[in-house]
Amino acid sequence: MDPILQLLQQDARMSRKDIANAVNLSVEEVEQRIKEYERSGVILAYQAVIDTEKLSSDDVIAFIEVRITPERGGGFDRLAERIAKFDEVKSCWLISGGYDLAVMVECKSLRAVARFVAEKLSTVEGVLSTATRFRLKNYKQDGVLLTQREQVERLPVTP
Amino acid sequence: MDLSRYLANHVRSIPRSGIRDFFEVVQSMSGVISLGIGEPDYVTPWRIREAAIFALEKGKTGYTSNLGLIHLRQAIARYIEQRQEVSYDPKTEILVSVGVSEALDLTLRALLNPGDEVIFHEPSYVSYSPSIALAHGKGVPVQTRAATDFRLEAIDIERAITPRSKILLLNFPTNPTGGVIGKEDIEAIADVCIRHDLLVLSDEIYSGLVYDGGKHASITALPGMKERTVLLNGCSKSFAMTGFRVGYACAPAPLIEALMKVHQYAIMCAPIMSQEAAIEALENCDREVEAMRRDYEQRRNFIVRRLNEMGLPCHSPKGAFYAFPDISRTGLSSAEFSMRLLKSQKVAVVPGTAFGAPGEGFVRCCFATGFDKLKEAMDRMEAFVTPRSPGSDVGKP
Repeated sequence: MDPILQLLQQDARMSRKDIANAVNLSVEEVEQRIKEYERSGVILAYQAVIDTEKLSSDDVIAFIEVRITPERGGGFDRLAERIAKFDEVKSCWLISGGYDLAVMVECKSLRAVARFVAEKLSTVEGVLSTATRFRLKNYKQDGVLLTQREQVERLPVTP
Repeated sequence: MDLSRYLANHVRSIPRSGIRDFFEVVQSMSGVISLGIGEPDYVTPWRIREAAIFALEKGKTGYTSNLGLIHLRQAIARYIEQRQEVSYDPKTEILVSVGVSEALDLTLRALLNPGDEVIFHEPSYVSYSPSIALAHGKGVPVQTRAATDFRLEAIDIERAITPRSKILLLNFPTNPTGGVIGKEDIEAIADVCIRHDLLVLSDEIYSGLVYDGGKHASITALPGMKERTVLLNGCSKSFAMTGFRVGYACAPAPLIEALMKVHQYAIMCAPIMSQEAAIEALENCDREVEAMRRDYEQRRNFIVRRLNEMGLPCHSPKGAFYAFPDISRTGLSSAEFSMRLLKSQKVAVVPGTAFGAPGEGFVRCCFATGFDKLKEAMDRMEAFVTPRSPGSDVGKP
């Protein structure tokens, strides 16, 4: 992967100047490459990784296993894209194994998830079955460990 | 009662470490960003730590063979063979030590008679000179200079050779300069060693951290050199395992047998749980090591540019994780520069003179430090060296 992308993946707020210094390019070259990544959709968005549990909100995260019928000509894509368009859906992947789509949804309450599944998801034509599992606790999110930040004391001067 | 009269002469002859005073000042201050460390800022990769925990769970808490676990020695042999195309017999040619420091000490103690000379290149790691003295040897520094990028040339070694010369001690990539050695130089040096019948003690602890697409080349891989080389390496730097204390020596069987005599009576063996962790490191952690190496390379690019931009000329180190900028333009000595930078800006760097006289005019900045801290440290250093800026302390008496 382009080291510029690696750096942005670690810290999207890193300044163009710092990135340029780290990858031995000029600021202009870095800006140009990032613009190109944004234009071509390699970089989709810049977001903060938020530990919602700290906000004492009652938001519910659910992982829904969805079995769907592939369509002639379109395979799973049209149906998957249709499901992905719901605002509640945060991620949607086609996966291998016993079911077809892994759908992660975020709602205000358990009842809202239930309503979404019953009224929206299950009623989409081509959806054969759903199995809903709720998140209980968050340990690691987008590569960031939540439980215990490893702060290690090191000697300040060593040979 | 004057207890100093009980001290052994060769211990008494070793001067107090130059950076100890400095170290004590650093420890007494808060809010210091330290570029003075000599170890990775990473915690050991989890899968290695997990292997150590598993070893404890399985009840692996006893002694191992004096040479180290055979499984670990086999892993070391494979690791070296894959990288250097030299094969060592795990049964007789490899000894696992408590860090490279112990392996260095063992080798010097096993091979030196009082007065035997060890040639080493300066600026150098701080332990070499005292370790040689503690083994009753005589250290003969060969000075390398900034003007030639601290290059070590065969001719300089040849000039230092006397009838008592026994060992040439090499350290590439080098702490503190980050220098590596080119093919021609190392071949010429090997030739000198063969002609003058010198043993080579090659400390290659930073061999896993080489940048710009380069590859570490060990002197032991050159024709005729394996039989006269003691290769030292370990897990501390590449795998971020400094606290595990696992190093190793690879050498022809009769030399390993001699090292073993010292090791078995002094140390017995390296801790078993550390050895178990080292197996996991050597066998399964290429990915983790590469990720750390890549990060170091980016931080190196960053720090080298920033140092040059602020007017402290700094060559780009090709290995290890130290930048070694030239601070002579400030008119301060290395020690003054480091102390004033620490006191006025709370950034700790190590004075170049800690690594021998040729280090005067330089400071060592470790870039195995998180980007945020590195950036803050560079901003503070820039304020320190920029004339008339609020943080500048350079011109003051």
